[in-house]
Formats: sequence, structure tokens, C-alpha cells
Amino acid sequence: MKSKRRWKSILTLLRRALSFRKGTAKIGIYGPPNAGKTTLTNRIIHTFVDENEDVGTATEVPHETRRAVRRAGVTIDLKAKSLENPNSDLNSESEVKPKRGKAKLKLDVVDTPGLATKIDFHEFMAYGLEEDEAKRRAKEATEGVIEAIKWLDDIDGIVLLMDSTEDPYTQTNIVIIGNMEARGIPIIIAANKVDLVDASPQRIANAFPQHSVIPISALKGENMLDLYEEMARRFR
Amino acid sequence: MEIKMNLISEDKINSMTSTEKLRFVLDGVKSGDIVVLEGGLTSEEQMKLIELTMTEVDDDFSGIEMSGYPSKKGFLNIRKKTRLTVIGPAKMMHTTKKDKDLISAIISAI
Ligand SMILES: Nc1nc2c(ncn2[C@@H]2O[C@H](COP(=O)(O)OP(=O)(O)OP(=O)(O)O)[C@@H](O)[C@H]2O)c(=O)[nH]1
Ligand SMILES: [Mg+2]
Repeated sequence: MKSKRRWKSILTLLRRALSFRKGTAKIGIYGPPNAGKTTLTNRIIHTFVDENEDVGTATEVPHETRRAVRRAGVTIDLKAKSLENPNSDLNSESEVKPKRGKAKLKLDVVDTPGLATKIDFHEFMAYGLEEDEAKRRAKEATEGVIEAIKWLDDIDGIVLLMDSTEDPYTQTNIVIIGNMEARGIPIIIAANKVDLVDASPQRIANAFPQHSVIPISALKGENMLDLYEEMARRFR
Repeated sequence: MEIKMNLISEDKINSMTSTEKLRFVLDGVKSGDIVVLEGGLTSEEQMKLIELTMTEVDDDFSGIEMSGYPSKKGFLNIRKKTRLTVIGPAKMMHTTKKDKDLISAIISAI
């Protein structure tokens, strides 16, 4: 049984390595609730597509996103005009480094619901929702988690977003990484919310030493170019 | 105020199919037990367990708490050796500390 599964995953790796992808690469933005996935996805769209377009709403309430949303045809262009605007995305400290490979890459970006092993409707009541509403939201949130997991089957790469102020070594993070490794899907870890004083992107790098960890602030737009360069390099 | 723990041997786990394993774990956890699996679950099985759990969350069952050691690379880095996994009801179990080789959890009766 075990060896059968091993062969299957080796075959999957081979198939991925040899086959031409059907259409554009689909990149999933994954992570625990409230990590900033929707904030990041919106920022990517604002920078490369349309500054007035949002894929979803970002709030401090966990499980705000309860359906995966795909934005097709996003061209990550490292020479984009908007990246040159100091007020938008370019981190003032980060120099434009020599590019590895081409500077343009077309992707579909998928904002996913936060992954969790538990959903307690009482948690939503603490945010002021009525009991009925809280229970409905909890139900939708469970469906959202299932949808995020199902989407993994159609994903060609993921950005795993973590909140740098929180302990990164959670079972859900470990499980996502383990699954991506088993499927041979490229993964970039983004250590978000580095604008906060108690942020520790180093703790994330220490927890997952075998992966590239890019510190960013999706909210403030800090260090975004580093992330885009890494995406352009890993997801082509 | 009693808490039951089920410590499952690797032999017993290996005798079950993936579906049986997940059902066995979730049934135990839903009846309020702490389930410890020698040899543990693979990442794929853990993801499936999260999925299965989500289909069964309701007003009384809020989900699971799961902790495990990451798998070790085995022969030629191909074969992965999974290690211990512990799963309990989210209402009762709370992981306080976790790293590669140590898990601390607080377990309280509801
Ligand atoms: N300080 C700070 N806050 C951030 C950053 N990114 C996101 N946030 C905030 O974190 C909260 C959650 O952001 P979302 O983008 O909704 O997070 P999400 O991962 O999509 O959450 P779910 O959809 O609920 O899983 C919001 O209040 C955001 O404003 C950041 O870089 N820095
Ligand atoms: Mg969201």
C-alpha cells in the first residue's frame, strides 16, 4: 500500500515536470484565518491589474473569506509602473535586484478561506454577531475550509501566508507544507505583518528552514518586490 | 471528570485503511477521547482528517486539536517515516508548546 502511494507521488512529480500546464498557472494564497490572505490578494490585484478592484473584504474577523475566489490573468510584471511609485508598493529600502529569468509572469491568483481544525460559533459571537448569524457563519466557514482543501488539487503553486506575530509552528501550517512537498508543488512562505512591533519573521524562518521565507507587510506594502521576484522565479 | 486516552499501536494503525483510520480517530475524538497514534498519520491523512472534521462540526462539536511530530526522511530521502500524532476534541485539548521533538498539551474535562 505504502509503496503504491509512493509510486503515485513520484508519477505525479514526473507528470508535473514533463507536462505542459493547461492554461495559466493557478497560485493559491493559503494560510490560517486572519493571516492577511485577502489583503495580500487585493494588493496584488491593485498593483498589477486595477487599483480599484478587490477580490474580497479584509477584516479582523476570522473566516471572513468563506469561498475561494479566483482572479484570472494577473501579470506579475517586475517592471510595472506601479512598482516605481514610492507611495504604492516599492519598499524604499529594497533595491531593484538583477532579475533571474524573465520579469513577466501571467498567473491566476486564488484567495482561499483560512484553514483551521476547529470552528466555534461562540468565537463569532465575541465579535458581536447574534447567535443565529454566528452559527450560520460557522457553518459557512466549515464549508470554506473544505473548499480551500479541495482547491489544492487544482493549484500549481502556493504562497503560504503566516502572521509574524504568532507562533508559526502549528499543525495546520505543517500539514499544508507536508502536502505540498508530497505533491511536488512549489511553495513560498510569506511572513506577513512585519509592520507590527512584535513581528518575528525570523521565528518563521527558524521553524521552516528548508523553505524560502519572505518577510512582508501586505497592509503597508513593505517588501512586496521581494515577494514578486520570488513568485516570478518559482512559479513559472 | 474522567478523561479517556486511547493509545493506538502502529500495528493496529497499519492494519487499517486510510478511511478506517480517519473514522476511528474522529469517532474517538467526538466521544470525548484523546487519541494517540504511534507512528502517526501522514500529512495527506491529516489533511483528510481536517476535511472530514469540517463536515461534522456542529453546535456541540467544534472540531479537533491535532499535534504531531513532522515526518522524518527515510531511506534515500524517498520514504517518509511518520511519527506520533495526538488528536483530541478542540474543547478539551489545547497545545501549549510544540517543536520538532516535543509537544505539551493541556487537557481538561468539559
Ligand atoms: N498590521 C498589519 N495588519 C494586516 C496586514 N495584513 C493584513 N492585516 C490585517 O489583518 C486582518 C485580517 O486580514 P485579512 O486579509 O482579512 O486576512 P485573511 O487571511 O484573508 O482572513 P480570512 O479570510 O478570515 O481567513 C485585517 O484586519 C487586516 O487589515 C499587515 O501586513 N499588517
Ligand atoms: Mg480572507
